[in-house]
Amino acid sequence: MRVRDELRMNVNQQPHMASPYGQPQPGYQGYPQPGYGGGHVPSGYPTQYAPYNGPGSGYQQGPPQGMRGPPTSGAPPVSGAQNYSQFGQGETQNGPPPMGAPPQRPPVSQTYTPGAVNMSGPQPPYGQQFGAPPVSMQQMTNQMASMQVGSTAPSPAGPGYAPPSVSQAAMSAPYTPAAPPTFPPTSTAPSQPPPTEAVAQAPPQSYYGAPPPAQQPFPNAAPPFSSTGPTQPQAPPPVSPQSFPQVSPVSQPPFSTAQVPPGPTQSYGGPLPPTQPSFPRPPLSTSQPSAFPAGPPPTSTPSQLPGVMQPQPPVSQPSPYHSGPPQISTGFPPQVGVPPRPPLAGMQGPPPMVSQGPLMASQGPPMASQGHPPMASQGPPMAQANHVPPTQPGMPPGPINASMSGPPPQPGMQGYPPQQNGAFGQVRGPQPGYTGPYPGQPNYGAPPAAPAPAPSAPKRLDPDSIPSPIQVIEDDKANKGSEPFTTGVRGQAPPLVTTKFQVRDQGNASPRYIRCTAYNVPCNSDMAKQSQVPLAAVIKPLAPLPADESPPYLVDHGESGPIRCNRCKAYMCPYMQFIEGGRRFQCGFCSCVTEVPPHYFQHLDHTGKRVDCYDRPELSMGSYEFMATVDYCKNNKFPQPPAYIFLIDVSYNAVKNGMVGIVCQELKTLLDYLPRENPDVESNIRVGFVTYNKVLHFYNVKASLAQPQMMVVSDVADMFVPLLDGFLVNVSESRVVIESLLDQIPEMFADTRETETVFGPVIQAGLEALKAADCAGKLFVFHSSLPIAEAPGKLKNREDKKLVGTDKEKSLFQPQVSFYNTLAKECVTQGCCVDLFLFPNQYVDVATLGVVPTSTGGSIYKYTYFQAPSDQERFLNDLRRDVQKQVGFDAVMRVRTSTGIRATDFFGSFYMSNTTDVELAGLDCDKTVTVEFRHDDKLSEETGALMQCAVLYTSCSGQRRLRIHNMAVNCCSQLADLYRNCETDTIINFFAKYAYRSVLSGPTKNVRDSLVNQCAQILACYRKNCASPSSAGQLILPECMKLLPVYLNCVLKSDVLQPGADVSLDDRAYLRQLVSSMDVAESHVFFYPRLLPLQKLDAESMSLPVAVRDSEERLSRGGVYLLENGLNFFLWVGVNAQQELLQNIFGTPAFSQIDPNMTSLPALDNPFSKRLREIIESVRAQRSRYMKLMVVKQEDKLELIFKHFLVEDKSNNGGASYVDFLCHMHKEIRQLLS
Amino acid sequence: MTTYQEFIQQNEDRDGIRCSWNLWPSSRLEATRLVVPVSCLYTPLKERPDLPPVQYEPVLCSRANCKAVLNPLCQVDFRAKIWACNFCFQRNSFPPSYAGISEVNQPAELMPQFSTIEYIVQRGPPTPLIFLYVVDTCLEEEDLQALKESLQMSLSLLPPNALVGLITFGRMVQIHELSCEGIAKSYVFRGTKELTPKQIQEMLGLMKPATSGQQGKPLAPHDAAASCRFLQPVQAVDMNLTDLLGELQRDPWPVPQGKRPLRSTGIALSIAIGLLEGTFPNTGARVMLFTGGPPTQGPGMVVGDELKTPIRSWHDIQKDNARHLKKATKYYEALANRAAVNGHSVDIYACALDQTGLLEMKPLSNLTGGHIVMGDSFNTSLFKQTFQRVFSKDYNGEFRMAFGGTLEVKTSRELKVSGAIGPCVSLNNKGPCVSDNEMGVGGTCQWKICSLTPATTLALYFEVVNQHNAPIPQGGRGAIQFVTQYQHSNTQRRIRVTTVARNWADAQSQIQHIETSFDQEASAVLMARLGVFRAESEEGPDVLRWLDRQLIRLCQKFGQFNKDDPNSFRLSESLSLYPQFMFHLRRSPFLQVFNNSPDESSYYRHHFVRQDLTQSLIMVQPILYSYSFYGPPEPVLLDSSSILPDRILLMDTFFQLVIYHGETIAQWRKAGYQEMAEYENFKQLLQAPLDDAQEILQTRFPMPRYIDTEHGGSQARFLLSKVNPSQTHNNLYAWGQESGAPILTDDVSLQVFMDHLKKLAVSSSA
Repeated sequence: MRVRDELRMNVNQQPHMASPYGQPQPGYQGYPQPGYGGGHVPSGYPTQYAPYNGPGSGYQQGPPQGMRGPPTSGAPPVSGAQNYSQFGQGETQNGPPPMGAPPQRPPVSQTYTPGAVNMSGPQPPYGQQFGAPPVSMQQMTNQMASMQVGSTAPSPAGPGYAPPSVSQAAMSAPYTPAAPPTFPPTSTAPSQPPPTEAVAQAPPQSYYGAPPPAQQPFPNAAPPFSSTGPTQPQAPPPVSPQSFPQVSPVSQPPFSTAQVPPGPTQSYGGPLPPTQPSFPRPPLSTSQPSAFPAGPPPTSTPSQLPGVMQPQPPVSQPSPYHSGPPQISTGFPPQVGVPPRPPLAGMQGPPPMVSQGPLMASQGPPMASQGHPPMASQGPPMAQANHVPPTQPGMPPGPINASMSGPPPQPGMQGYPPQQNGAFGQVRGPQPGYTGPYPGQPNYGAPPAAPAPAPSAPKRLDPDSIPSPIQVIEDDKANKGSEPFTTGVRGQAPPLVTTKFQVRDQGNASPRYIRCTAYNVPCNSDMAKQSQVPLAAVIKPLAPLPADESPPYLVDHGESGPIRCNRCKAYMCPYMQFIEGGRRFQCGFCSCVTEVPPHYFQHLDHTGKRVDCYDRPELSMGSYEFMATVDYCKNNKFPQPPAYIFLIDVSYNAVKNGMVGIVCQELKTLLDYLPRENPDVESNIRVGFVTYNKVLHFYNVKASLAQPQMMVVSDVADMFVPLLDGFLVNVSESRVVIESLLDQIPEMFADTRETETVFGPVIQAGLEALKAADCAGKLFVFHSSLPIAEAPGKLKNREDKKLVGTDKEKSLFQPQVSFYNTLAKECVTQGCCVDLFLFPNQYVDVATLGVVPTSTGGSIYKYTYFQAPSDQERFLNDLRRDVQKQVGFDAVMRVRTSTGIRATDFFGSFYMSNTTDVELAGLDCDKTVTVEFRHDDKLSEETGALMQCAVLYTSCSGQRRLRIHNMAVNCCSQLADLYRNCETDTIINFFAKYAYRSVLSGPTKNVRDSLVNQCAQILACYRKNCASPSSAGQLILPECMKLLPVYLNCVLKSDVLQPGADVSLDDRAYLRQLVSSMDVAESHVFFYPRLLPLQKLDAESMSLPVAVRDSEERLSRGGVYLLENGLNFFLWVGVNAQQELLQNIFGTPAFSQIDPNMTSLPALDNPFSKRLREIIESVRAQRSRYMKLMVVKQEDKLELIFKHFLVEDKSNNGGASYVDFLCHMHKEIRQLLS
Repeated sequence: MTTYQEFIQQNEDRDGIRCSWNLWPSSRLEATRLVVPVSCLYTPLKERPDLPPVQYEPVLCSRANCKAVLNPLCQVDFRAKIWACNFCFQRNSFPPSYAGISEVNQPAELMPQFSTIEYIVQRGPPTPLIFLYVVDTCLEEEDLQALKESLQMSLSLLPPNALVGLITFGRMVQIHELSCEGIAKSYVFRGTKELTPKQIQEMLGLMKPATSGQQGKPLAPHDAAASCRFLQPVQAVDMNLTDLLGELQRDPWPVPQGKRPLRSTGIALSIAIGLLEGTFPNTGARVMLFTGGPPTQGPGMVVGDELKTPIRSWHDIQKDNARHLKKATKYYEALANRAAVNGHSVDIYACALDQTGLLEMKPLSNLTGGHIVMGDSFNTSLFKQTFQRVFSKDYNGEFRMAFGGTLEVKTSRELKVSGAIGPCVSLNNKGPCVSDNEMGVGGTCQWKICSLTPATTLALYFEVVNQHNAPIPQGGRGAIQFVTQYQHSNTQRRIRVTTVARNWADAQSQIQHIETSFDQEASAVLMARLGVFRAESEEGPDVLRWLDRQLIRLCQKFGQFNKDDPNSFRLSESLSLYPQFMFHLRRSPFLQVFNNSPDESSYYRHHFVRQDLTQSLIMVQPILYSYSFYGPPEPVLLDSSSILPDRILLMDTFFQLVIYHGETIAQWRKAGYQEMAEYENFKQLLQAPLDDAQEILQTRFPMPRYIDTEHGGSQARFLLSKVNPSQTHNNLYAWGQESGAPILTDDVSLQVFMDHLKKLAVSSSA
């Protein structure tokens, strides 16, 4: 039933989609284009579509636009659409409603992406048109798919794949086949009846016949597109949607039916049989499986199977599917699994195969690869196999997909197992497993328990059989990396942060600005409570964009300021509905109707949209900026340009470790690079200098002076600024004096014997200076030691490791005096942001010193045991970046939401004086605020949930601006939708921030327990409500969350939550504060470091080697690896590393001659060395902080540090290994379920 | 026998002493009946070119509570090498170094002409003089520029080894480090926060780390070096400091419309004093404050920064409407006492058109012997020359200033010291010769005078304690010894000892003698000081009433009259001028605040209580010279009748020099006769008072305000307000006559005053 429901839902969604389209249909294409600048239009669509999962994206875009239109005009269609609309997302992607489109866009899209590619591949066979179809197909496939993987497999068979050379192609191939069917539906839509039937059959046919039909539809609608070739696919989608709307009602049934079939298949690994049969491919798959067995089986397969089997299910949602198989739960019991596998393999296998798809033929190989994965060869094979499968599975997994995916996983099973989910392994050959598994289940139950008595197998879960982050990442890259991501489709999850992709703003904020934990929000709080999935958005308001994406447009509404809703004060945005011929607009957030000011009036077109909709960013885009009027300024006057004040510790330690000299030297040049908005103009930012130890020295660097003047303020108890004129100066005017000053500072203090420092007064000084100058600004504090000198904010050394692990541990994270909290508040009021650079040799109480930076939107940098020669580079790079980066001042951020949800909690570096306004003295481009939402009412599936993040700030040139980010997500009444459209990386980001804040108020252990508990509930809820019935012993993970356990484990064993004996309190406090403002990309790599095998590096290629999992087992003694987590950078050298490799990298063939103290690699004139250094640089460039390279030789002392980052392994301080944790998790889930 | 006049003059020339009575009544009762107390004006450092200092230590009486210095009044037994102290009669043997003395070989201190003698003694290492400039930067650009130039110029006047320091203040207080090269360093303090001396020293890095409780001890040499960051020898930092002064900017903090600049004078002074206290306690040092306006913030604030609130006037003070007065006064008094304890003096150079808060700040100078100079602008010759004159040198080429003086008074048994009035503070040394009856600063026999000039004069009041029926004391003479220890400007420590004696007289039998021994000039000044001293703490009318009462009693005591017959009243010659002094004193700005701002009153009083007798008398009763074609210049009565059309008048009030051209003269001058060769004599007549004025200007410190005016000129008020209004619009009989200029005032004239005085003196009911 569920399946059907889901399907229906999907259908609806699609219709929804359709509806929008329906109306706009013709217009659509046009619209999209208009959407943006004219320029966009033309290329926009095509490109977007094309890039996208071709179809999917295309649709999405269309729909959104359509969406808008619908409300106004096409009422009827609308209604229909609306229903669908709920699924909005689905619609978009699923242009082809029939398919699983509704199910999971995300997955779909992903899978599709590849599909898209494939499209091209398939196209040949099908014709270009296919391209499009594939998309839809993909969706379809997704749903059904996974299962069909097998079928897909066939697709693989689809020679088409072969062509696609690209791995994706492979994927797509399978889809494509599916796609055809979809198309049929779509296309059929028009033809209605037939479609339905067709649909049903479609799947099977799809491969063959389907495509054509699909094409047909496309041709019809999109003939023009067809011309575009690749783009065409997109076009078709729109068409299809349109058709849907029309057909929708009718078609739905068909779809449903159609889906149903898939559903069953999916859901049941078992049911598959039918499907399988349906899938002629299954046979193929089977054959493949068989093949697999043949090839890989022997080695990996069998072994894996056991493990894998189970893993598989877990791996991808497959689990659910597998669940069937899961019975395999025992799955582990490879025993059972085995048999099933074959089938599975067959079924799923194909999919994975598919992934390898491209390899179609080589499924066998894939298999092998799978087998290999575990081993060294994992690299490519692994990835591929994993990726592909996962995606596929993922796709399918969706709601039904889950089930669907299940299948894929299964296929994946073999392949997958190793990949990701395998973890759950119980998977047992889902399909076959069904029956078998069950029996086995009992056993399983136990086994899964973890080490449980379970057969030996359970004891040691095969690491390759559990979900692999690497696999997921690679799959996502493969599936989504090649096409732009368009934001117009509500409810669609963006590509993973690890994937490089382009974004097209079509009405929602780019994922670079906002990422949500869930893109389908439960309609009511009961659901939300039940699922326990946190609803949060990670907002990075000033995120930098790649060069090929344009920054938010600046909108000026004139003297009266931005147009806003009268009631809730939301800013004009695409969610505002213009009515009464354009004279009024209705707020999308609070529904209040507001008069349109005369100067803003514009007529509406027949769809109810303003004619100038696409000329105005605020009506068509997700992100844009308003010029703020004087009403938005403090004290009702326009702000002064901000100022940067450098406050340098010149006590003995700071001088001795070289910091003072380095800073002064660097500032001489760095000051030319202060942020500016127009690169041709000098920066408006003024600078000031202060040095301090026990007292503060201000400098008068007025341009008219021959020499700088130092003014010592020793009244630290009551800080003030001794001078006004001449303290803050324009760099170019006072250059000579400033340089003279910077030259003299190191000399002046070279012989200092002062060891005591103050800290509170230092910040007060900067604050007072800004107050006196009446401007906002940023303080750069370079500080070396615990401030023990007599002054406000004096601290005592309270480092007491005995408290770790006790109930009092929280006090270590709390500031020891309240002084800094008060100070921080004052700083925020003035718009004084504090960046702190620490150079400690011992405990400095970061927890306390960090209060001001973290409350003012500042950053903390810590260079423990700073040594000029080795740490200089790191520090300087950080400093340069920090000084140069774009930053807004005196910012206030407010998140408005549509009725029904409310932003309830905020995490990050900021201060809040009330419950709604996030105040940031400074907001730089790296700062992220995580916002948690809760229901306060029911949400409507029609309107979705809207949020608008408005940030009022002063730009670096002193302009007052408002940056608006709009985000709409779907609302779902089915939990499956929720699980299908969520993003684990974002969830982890939220959990980490939540947990890291909780350590302030409770024992760390409780925090860990509650995290585990919540995750268990999330997963249990899924298992209970979304996964197909299966043995209790089987671990079933939603596709989108299959990495939740591994990531969660990383969070749990992080230094903050579970410190080792060697982790200082300062480090913990530092990391805690650091994580609080991390964005998803940073938190992801921070918790799950990237490990790149260099021996696999191809010096000629521009691509990076595929990462390997963070486990010691994955390290080859003969290899060399790079590991990075955003803060640390290691080059690990295996003892047996090839001489040539060493020669290339270090210039010496001998392992023993490698200097472990080197911080940069020698510049050798060989391609490998060059490429490696390039890679190192590019990796550094990706991170907001410069990472110092440490060379770690295997079996060297330093290796201990390195091993700390192998997060899948058991850690020294008691952190569980991935496998163990997964078992533990499983146990928790089972407890919840029972 | 010489006349008393000569005797007095001789004594003054030799010892710098003027006594109210030169014969002392032998009993307490008689002494009190004399009305004017036994008292004297003493100028401790009176210039004595004929008195070379001796290079050895004085010989002291061995009695612990006496310690009087061997002097010509002592009885000496040359054979026994024993001398008897003339104060306590203790018999002391001479120290070994005096082994060779005999009647013919006497040390200087035993010779009568050396009743005043100066010793140079060795006490620790010589410490250089210290000059700490405290400069207000809230000045007009012009003023600041002029001040900077004056300061730069002053560097060349300082002895090369003198230490200089610089503190500038406005909204903040900056103390400049002078030793560094390259970057100019200064320590900055908030102008609103009062800091304890300890805090200041800590913040300036003057405290030895981890020292505690060593307050007051001079820092060890290496710490002195630290302090030297702020106080450097002129020769070393001459260039630096000149540049630094040259770069001084006006206070950069914006002054909003309708506000006064924020001026942290109180904190600046507290830091200056704290710095010296921490680095050079008990060393001669001058803090020189240059300010162009009232303190407007922080402790010591005199007026708020709102321009709409005017600075307090006498009217406000009388109405108890001066918000900051008491607090500020208390604050500066406390500062002054701290400075005094450490022997540092504070000068105030206040130049502004409005008041600058001298009323509140005056204790700084009054208690420490510092100067107060008041002018309209730093860009006037009044300031420039006065400031230059601070550094004037004497006949030996040494600065006319001395530091860290202590004055100790020893009296013979029949006499006790009641107090002193002058630029000094009590050292609270209650010796046996201290009277319970306080007049002025009493209760001690030792005073600290942080800074002295050759003109610095103290009034000392004594009480005769001999009982009425006791015989005239043995020897018939009462003796007083003044022992002044000080740091000479050449850094030597010196001790000047003055021993004087006067005969006792039995008031009943020798009242005539006593009367003739009356020094009416000295008495007028001494009484005036008492009056001024009272005026500081009492209501004006009460003081006047007290003065009148004293005068009437004196007249009753010494006047010859028939009861109730005013016309019969006569005063002997030795008292004849006294009532006139009192008349002018009553009208003087020292006691009359009308038409004077509180600052001006403070300024006048400040100078009155420190100048020597001559100058003081000028202040009480200005001198008026008349120039005419009828004869050489002559002093004329300070009376409106002296204002004649064909005269040029030169009036010296000490604070002002007024040249007044009579109506006719003014017309002639306007007509330009002086330009004509045939009227050369007129030109000379015009020139004569100018020349005389120049002469006065050359020697006077502070420079008087120089006023050249004429009949009907607005500035003529300075003259008109001083002269005795013998002709006013009220005494009609004189109106319109050619006998002078009528003064439009309701003040009583001298004649009226005398009439009343006579009436009251002869009245039996009084």
